[in-house]
Amino acid sequence: MTTVSDRPAPPGAPSRGGPVPAASGAPRRPRRRTSPDGLWPWLFVGPLVAGIGVFYLWPIVQTAWYSLTETGPFGGSAFAGLANYVEMFQDPELYVSLGNTLLYTAIVLIGIPIAVGLASLLNLPGLRLAAFYRVLFFLPYVAMPTAIAMVWRVIFNGDFGLVNHALALFGVDGPYWISTPGAATVAVAIVGLWSSLGFSMIVLAAGLKNIPPELYEAAELDGASRWRQFRSVTVPLLTPSVFFVTIVTVIAGFQLFDLLYAILGSSNPVLTRSMSLVYFFYREGFVNNDRGYAAAIAMFVFLVIGIATAIQFRLQKRWVQSD
Amino acid sequence: MTEQATAALVSLPPRRAGPGRPRRGGSYAFAHIVLGVGGLVMAFPFLWQLVMSLSTNAEVQSVTPVFWPAEAQWGTYARVFERLPFLEQLGNSVLVTVIRTLAQILFCTLAGYAFARMRFRGRGALLAVVLSILMVPSQVYLLSQYQIIQGLGLLDSVGGLVLPGLFSAFGTFLMRTAFLAMPAELEEAARLDGANPLQVFWKVMLPLARPTISVLAITTVLWSWNELLWPLVVTTYGDRMPLSAGLATLIGDRTTDYPLVMAASLLAMAPVLVLFVLLQRRVIEGLASSGLK
Repeated sequence: MTTVSDRPAPPGAPSRGGPVPAASGAPRRPRRRTSPDGLWPWLFVGPLVAGIGVFYLWPIVQTAWYSLTETGPFGGSAFAGLANYVEMFQDPELYVSLGNTLLYTAIVLIGIPIAVGLASLLNLPGLRLAAFYRVLFFLPYVAMPTAIAMVWRVIFNGDFGLVNHALALFGVDGPYWISTPGAATVAVAIVGLWSSLGFSMIVLAAGLKNIPPELYEAAELDGASRWRQFRSVTVPLLTPSVFFVTIVTVIAGFQLFDLLYAILGSSNPVLTRSMSLVYFFYREGFVNNDRGYAAAIAMFVFLVIGIATAIQFRLQKRWVQSD
Repeated sequence: MTEQATAALVSLPPRRAGPGRPRRGGSYAFAHIVLGVGGLVMAFPFLWQLVMSLSTNAEVQSVTPVFWPAEAQWGTYARVFERLPFLEQLGNSVLVTVIRTLAQILFCTLAGYAFARMRFRGRGALLAVVLSILMVPSQVYLLSQYQIIQGLGLLDSVGGLVLPGLFSAFGTFLMRTAFLAMPAELEEAARLDGANPLQVFWKVMLPLARPTISVLAITTVLWSWNELLWPLVVTTYGDRMPLSAGLATLIGDRTTDYPLVMAASLLAMAPVLVLFVLLQRRVIEGLASSGLK
């Protein structure tokens, strides 16, 4: 037990001023920003800051540097200026993987309007089984991507998969999804949509809950139909949630890796034409061990996500209602 | 307190008086049809996986789908443990997840508290640096993290799997927000009673932060259990991998033992799915409010 006398707290300003007794009489600089906490804050912050510094901050600086170096065959490296970037922008594989990433992201974004509809149904007052539906829709989001990828591989199998079986019922001859470049991306994106739908729904449902019921009552008194209420009350007031979900979905979309890797399989010959940006990065960095080139790709991913996010914030003013 | 309030809000249907009420009390047949069909689509792959895990390999690959196996092959689940280093991988997953979750709770609550409640030189700048990490995609630090782990001789070890994930900028941000929202009176009272900052933190603030700590724990468990890229990078041997990476190596062979893969996948997902179903309200609210995985 520490006694009170150890830490004299002037009753007037308990959180300001140093613990040093004024008896010393030494002239002190006025208003030092350091607090009575002394070294305590550093004890609290130290472990995390050290960890973040070593494992995140320093690696970011290092990757930026690596992207300017050429990796030698034995792991050494030499400064190469922008050579990696020049090579990257001339590499057709960059555009193939960028194209696939964009296609994937675009398809997954289709999930957002679907989620708006489903969330408004889920939020109907007094709906029975709502908790049950919520669990069902959220299940794919918490499930391990590599584990669910295994079923979807079979569902999309060209010979005995259910998708092609269903298509055959309509006389359509389905492709070998997993081994046809464009089809593979679509198949992966369908799984991506399926697994992220629940997350969007839940965020949107929370947004819906924040809409004051009085607004609906007022609209109803004005004789607005349910559809009109949805358009004039729900949609505008939901735009901030939609914006948030869109940002998150796009960022996640640009980082596609797990599902693609697990659905296609690392030895799939079609991978070079179906890969995403992050798979491209992974292959160059950890399969081909070309550190400098992989670093340049990583910086490119960073840049693309940054640009996409900046564009969305720009466009936000046009459609997001901020009270 | 707060979490109970939120839980109550979520569980109770918003009561609406007024003219709209009678019309809305209907059976919602349309909503049930749409949500029911949608829910089935969501659940179907899991059910289909179960069916396939109980089928023979021939049944899985039959061109006319076999929706229920002639004889349920429960033995496949035993084979998962015989044929695969499943127990080792499960052990790795559990160990990695538990260590990371405890470490993140420790480091992130401590740092989050200091960033929210203590004054010290450089606090603003340090916080800005930590939060800026949030905007950087993981690929940017992966190469270098790998080299650090390699340099430490920790490739193919639990240490290597665990290490970077012990620290989280997101967790710090989450905890700081929670501590910022807390009333100052209790803290000041404890200080006047002579408690040192660590005692104030441990005895007063940490218990109050429990709801947010559980959000942090849930997100860390999910993220750690399901993560693929980092384990693929730092482990090469099957028995050194966690389940997520171990499963990914099962595919691509010319002769795939589908039932085995399905059974292993279900078993690998099971712990987190069970946890989710048990804690679903907390998990959903936590993830929805944190907005990040």
